[in-house]
Amino acid sequence: MSKQALDALAAKFPSAVARTGSANSDEIAWIKRDDLLAVATWLRDDPAMAFDSPVFCTCIDWLDWRPVGRPPSEHWNESKPRFTVCYQLRSVAKKHRIRLEIEVPENDPRLPSLAELWPAFDWQERETFDMYGIRFDGHPDLRRIYLYEEFVGYPLRKDYPKEKRQPLVRRDDLPVNPLKKEHH
Amino acid sequence: MGLELSTTRLEDAANWAKQSKLARIPEWGRKFSLFTYPFVTACCGMEFMSVAAPKYDIARFGAEFPRFSPRQSDLLMIVGTITEKQGPALKRVYDQMAEPKWVIAFGVCASTGGFYQNYHAMPGADQVIPVDVYIPGCPPRPEQVLDALILLMDRIQDGRGHSQLRLKRDAMIAAQEAQTGDE
Repeated sequence: MSKQALDALAAKFPSAVARTGSANSDEIAWIKRDDLLAVATWLRDDPAMAFDSPVFCTCIDWLDWRPVGRPPSEHWNESKPRFTVCYQLRSVAKKHRIRLEIEVPENDPRLPSLAELWPAFDWQERETFDMYGIRFDGHPDLRRIYLYEEFVGYPLRKDYPKEKRQPLVRRDDLPVNPLKKEHH
Repeated sequence: MGLELSTTRLEDAANWAKQSKLARIPEWGRKFSLFTYPFVTACCGMEFMSVAAPKYDIARFGAEFPRFSPRQSDLLMIVGTITEKQGPALKRVYDQMAEPKWVIAFGVCASTGGFYQNYHAMPGADQVIPVDVYIPGCPPRPEQVLDALILLMDRIQDGRGHSQLRLKRDAMIAAQEAQTGDE
């Protein structure tokens, strides 16, 4: 059932869908960034699609990722953009699911926001911005959601130092341990 | 159980009176009427409930009454992970408590950060406020909590709680300054 939705999407937007695939019984469509808003609007409003339930929005950081035991392919090569933003959609009425994956380059981490289409993506996109620094154009209120405003950097990016803390408050009467390495 | 404890308290009082340490009677009283502020942030809270519930019954040691106002409590129990974002709130709660006050770090996360050695978790609540007793365990057994409470009660009796020591030090400094001022 989901396969039919994916095929219909690929037939409707042949230029917007870079490729399609299937993993762990989820149908995936790789969408070009500039066409995301048009594709998502159609997926929501078309009566045969009727994707009424936003499941999640998240991001994958492919920094230094290498396929183990297989050569570079169309799925992965050196020129692959660093980030992939995923939107998982579901239709309660039509009982099908689809995942939109959008590749986002490191030097321009921007993406049209889907928060206007599905309000539940509002906080999810804020979390993605908070953790990965992806800018969602057109988002009504793009602020950090979990971390504090004083936080510098994006902690779930693979190049964020693992134990780098950014304290808001500390005691001033603590002795300094010269053996302990701090990232500053 | 209650009879046994009251006997202990009477013997305790008689013991201190024998050693002519009547001036320490307030501290003897304090150790049996701790008012807890449960700063519960994580899963250790379930174990805290178990300690407070009838099976382990922290009431036997006079610390049964959680006060959700820092003004009315003198034992701050930090139960669970403290994140960097929570640091200012924890410090504010501690600062609002009246002296003398005591702090227990309940579980490894409150003591050292536990297995959260990353960007968001504070490596121990003692980064922000002083802590009297640390309880290891993830989460600690209720017996460990009661053990820590008895340890803290001994310290309160001896005047070795961190705020008691601080008050003593401040009083000594003030006395010294008054003396040098007179000369």
